[in-house]
Amino acid sequence: MAKFSATMKKVFVDGIWNTFCVKWIWETFFVAWIHDAFFINFVCKKLKFDKWKAWVYLSPAIILLLIFTAWPILNTLRMAFIEDFKAQNYRGLFEIDWSKLGFKNFEKVVEYRAFKTALKNTMLLCFLTVPISTFLALLIAVCLNAIKPFQRLLQTIFFLPYVTNSIAIGMVFAAMFNVVGRVEDPNAIVGIVNNILKLFGVEPIDWINSSSSYGANLTVLVIYIVWNALPFKILVLLGGLQSVNKQYYEAAKIDGTPRWRVFTKITVPLLSPMIAYVVITGFIGGFKEYSSIIGIFGDGMAPPGTSLPGNKRWYTMVGYIYDNIERNQGRASAAALILFAIIFAVTMVNLYVSKKKTHY
Amino acid sequence: MKVELKNLTKIFPSRNKKSGEEVVAVNDFTFTIPDGKLVGLLGPSGCGKSTTLYMISGLQKPSGGRIFFGEEDVTDLSPENRGIGLVFQNYALYPHMTVQQNILFPLQNLRGKDKMSKSAMLERALNAAKLVQIDNLMDRKPSELSGGQQQRVAIARALVKMPRVLLLDEPLSNLDARLRLQTREEIRRIQKETGITTVFVTHDQEEAMSISDIIVVMKLGVVQQVGKPQDIYDSPVNLFVAKFLGTPPINVFKGRVEDGKLYIGEDAVMDITDVENKEVFVAIRPEGFIPCPDGALKCALSNLEVMGRDVSIVSRHDASVNPIVRSIVDADNKIDLTAQTVNFSLKPHKVFLFDVETEERVYFGVEGLNLPTAPVVEEPAEVEETVAEVAPVEENVEAEVE
Repeated sequence: MAKFSATMKKVFVDGIWNTFCVKWIWETFFVAWIHDAFFINFVCKKLKFDKWKAWVYLSPAIILLLIFTAWPILNTLRMAFIEDFKAQNYRGLFEIDWSKLGFKNFEKVVEYRAFKTALKNTMLLCFLTVPISTFLALLIAVCLNAIKPFQRLLQTIFFLPYVTNSIAIGMVFAAMFNVVGRVEDPNAIVGIVNNILKLFGVEPIDWINSSSSYGANLTVLVIYIVWNALPFKILVLLGGLQSVNKQYYEAAKIDGTPRWRVFTKITVPLLSPMIAYVVITGFIGGFKEYSSIIGIFGDGMAPPGTSLPGNKRWYTMVGYIYDNIERNQGRASAAALILFAIIFAVTMVNLYVSKKKTHY
Repeated sequence: MKVELKNLTKIFPSRNKKSGEEVVAVNDFTFTIPDGKLVGLLGPSGCGKSTTLYMISGLQKPSGGRIFFGEEDVTDLSPENRGIGLVFQNYALYPHMTVQQNILFPLQNLRGKDKMSKSAMLERALNAAKLVQIDNLMDRKPSELSGGQQQRVAIARALVKMPRVLLLDEPLSNLDARLRLQTREEIRRIQKETGITTVFVTHDQEEAMSISDIIVVMKLGVVQQVGKPQDIYDSPVNLFVAKFLGTPPINVFKGRVEDGKLYIGEDAVMDITDVENKEVFVAIRPEGFIPCPDGALKCALSNLEVMGRDVSIVSRHDASVNPIVRSIVDADNKIDLTAQTVNFSLKPHKVFLFDVETEERVYFGVEGLNLPTAPVVEEPAEVEETVAEVAPVEENVEAEVE
């Protein structure tokens, strides 16, 4: 055994791993492991590392997390605080130009008109879609829970958007709202939505094309995002509803509680943890809204011909960040950190409110 | 409020559609609960006692039969219109409301002419809370209460609307032994104080015996016996009732009647009259044994269990249906443990005979003693007979309409 380890040592230590660090790991772990289990115990205890087996099992996950989560976060911090950071100027992974360190990127980002557009759009979409989708999901979940015959079928139908690619859905939505030709032209080919509106005597509206208004775009986006957000919320709320003890409803029935009161005084409070969860995750997702814009408008992020260069009409925070990654990673990183701060703050507020309002 | 159940039947459709076997949870239950009495529905699990309770409450619709509160037919009324209070087995207190909000909840539901002012509601809630002695816990949440306190809140919530009938579903099953004893007295007191007709469900015979005015013993959806607790204990109508009531349980032997003598195994234990020769089950209450050297029933002595006031003699007999024969005698009786056998003579009024086939009671007489005889079966009045025949038909018509 000793011979084997010696040859192994020669191959690895002298050949490939020649740093002190690797030698040390080799000495402490592998050699000792082969030689003497007591010794490794001793070493591990000395290092307060007595759960070493656990660490070994965890190591694949930890390594992946370090590479794909921890490092990008640290790198974002680095890029955000270096003025005009461009990747081509910084070869080393940890290279920092100390003279350029500061808040310049943040100052610039906040001054940009595009950033303000992004912030406004994000806020607007977020504060419109989250309450609407939560309320609708609650309504649908309660109704689904109340019916027996087609519950499974309807559940599946409502869940379909969740398993469908959101970009693809966005393209279908775009087709539904599309107008080929000029809207004023009676011969223009219009999408299904305008055709349905026509039945009610409404003139075709340009929803997403070049002459569309901001409000029309917003309507389409809100419908799309709400529809896309419903399935997950319905699923969570329905699960919550089904775990509510039926006896509360029986007790309420015996007391002759009107339906609306049952809903507001019993169902909603008992569901409040689920509602809080859905709202918080909804806000977090809402602040990262991006794929819906791409799905409907393509990567122009606006109806054609409506944007100024560098300031697209439907920039969202994430859209803005992605658009700037190529040109200026420093600004993009700063914007990402600002987005993080906003989400963090909103989530804190959410948690604070839900702690007061929810019953666990 | 008198509660009258007439031919009440509940049939659950089979879960398995292929076999199509229906479950008859309650079968032809006819019984009148007198006004202001505490009635215990007693039976093993699955005997239909809870179903009966839920049918009285209106949460479940009977498959047949009618329910009357006083003179009013409430069979087709929804639960909220029946004026009942129901205490659930696990209380079903709204966890997000305080005790006060829980008790107020039924009052806040009142609409129209019944609508109460805020102060009136608060007063009613406080009175209900005082009745069950929880008025000092009004601001707590149910999770901050003990099981017994939750139970009281549930009762207060049921009482606050001043129901005509109070229904309790296994009210003591979630409480520990000590609390159970205390709470059952409490229920008795509250019932006495309010005078509300109360029905409660239990599988614990001791519980039922200790607080009920009337006990209804049920088995597999069929009523076995109705009566005062002591009467049922002293004179069970069949083997099931005899076995179900009493702790320690009744001792059952295989025996036979031959020429005016009752035999257990080979021991002729008693001279009896009025019974023809046949095989019988002999059931003897534990307190029906008198240890004496020349007693007729010879058992192999196993051991003694000393309980202070009483002594429980554990012995064996070949003809016993149970693995052991347990008798309870006064501690003054000195039992010789070194002896291999113990002889008993029997108290005739603690001995019951049951037919081997039907398990129905076989009444017997003993010279010079006044023992219970078979009850005279009253012919039901003709009016009731017609109601019983018509009622299920009506119900069927309704079921088709639905």
